Amino acid sequence: MTSLPSITLGDEKLIESTCRQTPNFNLCVQSLKSFPGSATADVRGLGLIMVKVMQSKANDAINKIRELQRSAPSPALTSCASKYNAIVVGDIPEANEAFSKGMPKFAENGANDAANEATFCENGFNGRSPLTQQNNAMRDVAAITAAIARQLL
Amino acid sequence: MGGIKDDVGHVPLLEAEEEEEGWRPLRLRGSYLGIFGSIVFLVSMAALIIYQGHDYYDEAKIENKGNNNNNYNKVPRGVAEGVSAKSNSFLSETTPSYNWTNAMLSWQRTAFHFQPERNWMNDPNGPLFHKGWYHLFYQYNPFSAVWGNITWGHAVSRDLIHWLYLPEAIVRDMWFDINGAWSGSATLLPGGEIVMLYTGYTDQQVQVQNLAYPADASDPLLLNWVKYAKNPVMVPPPGIGPHDFRDPTTAWFGPDNKWTLTLGSMVNDSGLSLVYKTTDFINYELNDHFLHIVPGTGMWECVDFYPVSINGSVGLDTSANGPGVKHVLKASLDDTKLDYYAIGTYFIENDTWIPDDPDLDVGIGLRLDYGKYYASKTFYDQNKQRRVLWGWINESDSEVADITKGWASLQTIPRTVLYDKKTGTNLLQWPVEEIESLRLSSHELKELLVKPGTVVPLHIGPATQLDIFVEFEIELLESEGIVNNVEGCGVGAVERSAFGPFGILAIANDELSELTPIYFRLSNYGNGTSTTTTTTTSTSFCVDETRSSKAPDVSKLVFGSKVSVLSDEKLSLRVLVDHSIIESFAQGGRTVISSRVYPTEAIYGAARLFLFNNATDINIKASLKIWQLNSAFIRPFPFHNTQ
Repeated sequence: MTSLPSITLGDEKLIESTCRQTPNFNLCVQSLKSFPGSATADVRGLGLIMVKVMQSKANDAINKIRELQRSAPSPALTSCASKYNAIVVGDIPEANEAFSKGMPKFAENGANDAANEATFCENGFNGRSPLTQQNNAMRDVAAITAAIARQLL
Repeated sequence: MGGIKDDVGHVPLLEAEEEEEGWRPLRLRGSYLGIFGSIVFLVSMAALIIYQGHDYYDEAKIENKGNNNNNYNKVPRGVAEGVSAKSNSFLSETTPSYNWTNAMLSWQRTAFHFQPERNWMNDPNGPLFHKGWYHLFYQYNPFSAVWGNITWGHAVSRDLIHWLYLPEAIVRDMWFDINGAWSGSATLLPGGEIVMLYTGYTDQQVQVQNLAYPADASDPLLLNWVKYAKNPVMVPPPGIGPHDFRDPTTAWFGPDNKWTLTLGSMVNDSGLSLVYKTTDFINYELNDHFLHIVPGTGMWECVDFYPVSINGSVGLDTSANGPGVKHVLKASLDDTKLDYYAIGTYFIENDTWIPDDPDLDVGIGLRLDYGKYYASKTFYDQNKQRRVLWGWINESDSEVADITKGWASLQTIPRTVLYDKKTGTNLLQWPVEEIESLRLSSHELKELLVKPGTVVPLHIGPATQLDIFVEFEIELLESEGIVNNVEGCGVGAVERSAFGPFGILAIANDELSELTPIYFRLSNYGNGTSTTTTTTTSTSFCVDETRSSKAPDVSKLVFGSKVSVLSDEKLSLRVLVDHSIIESFAQGGRTVISSRVYPTEAIYGAARLFLFNNATDINIKASLKIWQLNSAFIRPFPFHNTQ
């Protein structure tokens, strides 16, 4: 068989060089590569993909919150619900539009804020959080997204 | 009344904060610990709520950047120490959240600063005066309290203070602005026509410049705008990226009988200002050289370029030039979200500009405002012959709070801009005089003595809407000069030194569990006798947000800069307090700091005003005049009334 590899070396390099300038290289590469289109995206496109990853992590958190609200409601959980609501109605659309429209500084704002909201949610449980996995995932992915935005400034 | 007499009002300044966890390490000076140890004990026993402060400055995040060599890490020269690199980013792992109540959030809305009824605002656009009305346009999101869906909001006022909302002026409905109707400026032509140039983000995702003009120039309200059918009129030229081309300025008319304008861009991380010429605002020629370029400053947004009179008494039309005129070049740096300016000389023969002092060039020298401030823009007010400056003040709280309260961002009170003829090195900014129309009652307090380590409450009634004037006199306690080479703002007002900090505490409660110090800090005051070391007096002017709120989910930084104080001048301060915004002006507007505060307790009737002196070796005497300010009742234009 003599078929050529479908991804050229050049495309790999952009994902890797972009991810090297983020706080979590492995997670960045893994997140991007799991989305179709990442191989041919420019840095802005990679940012847009990361926003989709943020959306997916936010959905995970929201689903978990809903589940917990049935079994173990608490003020901290309610507070988390409002934080993730803000992420979904504010931060993610802002980051998405900002990447699409070449205004990366607002993508950085939105991503940073999403990371903050996840941190607030986590800390609201005073060490006994049922959402640690989801909050960490959200925060890590948002941090990568913010770092990609900064590369566009 | 409002006189302060007895010791009831004198409370030792809190020292307890130093001992708490979570603060940045203090650079403690002096050997006052023994003297104040017992006071510290008493104060900490007074059951004041111990406040754990956290801010957004996270050194680990800076280190993560590795060797990017980007401007984010660069602290520009001329900016005082103690100002954290602004980053609304990662919090410490233990930062809890805060349960904001409706009362707290509602209080944050301002009484006399321009803000839309709801949703997000950013850059001021196209300010102008026309047929008796001041116009303000602004970047606006009609749908949400975060940036997005940007259109041009519009409002009018007779006096730059009392604003009336109008319908949106420019919406995103053409291919050349469908993805964004971004910032721009107005040019008023001699025949009375108004030309608006603004940046559009096209359906092909390219930044272009578009022309628009009033549908009916005889309409004083300029309600409707027409976009030139063959937009765009400028597209990114060769060598300029499609996302590095925005924010056209007001044009000026030159001896070549052409209109010239500039807009910011960047090449290889050097910020620069492109020059275009036109006779009809439809066809433009790009100059082959830039107006100016400064390496390493990154993208220049919201460039502004205008003449100032070195006599410093009136504003000048944008086309003014000649002897006795210097030109200001200003840029908003995308990388650091800070506004910089420089004063220099415009060589109209070849449309270049050089700064008077290359060490204080655009992007590396003076800032218009050392606080939370961006995207500023001036216009020439032909009505009163002044140059008026607008600036965008973003929120420093979390977006969840913005979404909950339903709005985000303010404009400053418009400021006049003049060349400082006393120093010759900077501009002076001052709130427009029309703000005085908001004044209600006043209190005048003369020569209040404030001893070291004390706080003096000022009984002036409500303290959330104020216009405060203060003058300070300094009384050395030692006859020998003290060498005290402190620089900058320190870690905040808790950090004591020989000659500062002293000033006022705004939006503070009686318990002083929340407070915002606005202060001066001097080095080497009155050191004529000391000869062994360098003893130049320098003065820093600072605003300390670190204790402005107990809520941990807001940004709480120390802002400040050096300010020139001439030998015949007293230290003077003017402060506009308007709920969650404080605008502070030192030495007649030589250094200005805008600050956002989000208290949880020092709100409504609990907010107070104090004088304080946390210096160790001086008394201060303060003379104040303080006005209560009314609301400006900013509301929709009353179309149903007959005007």
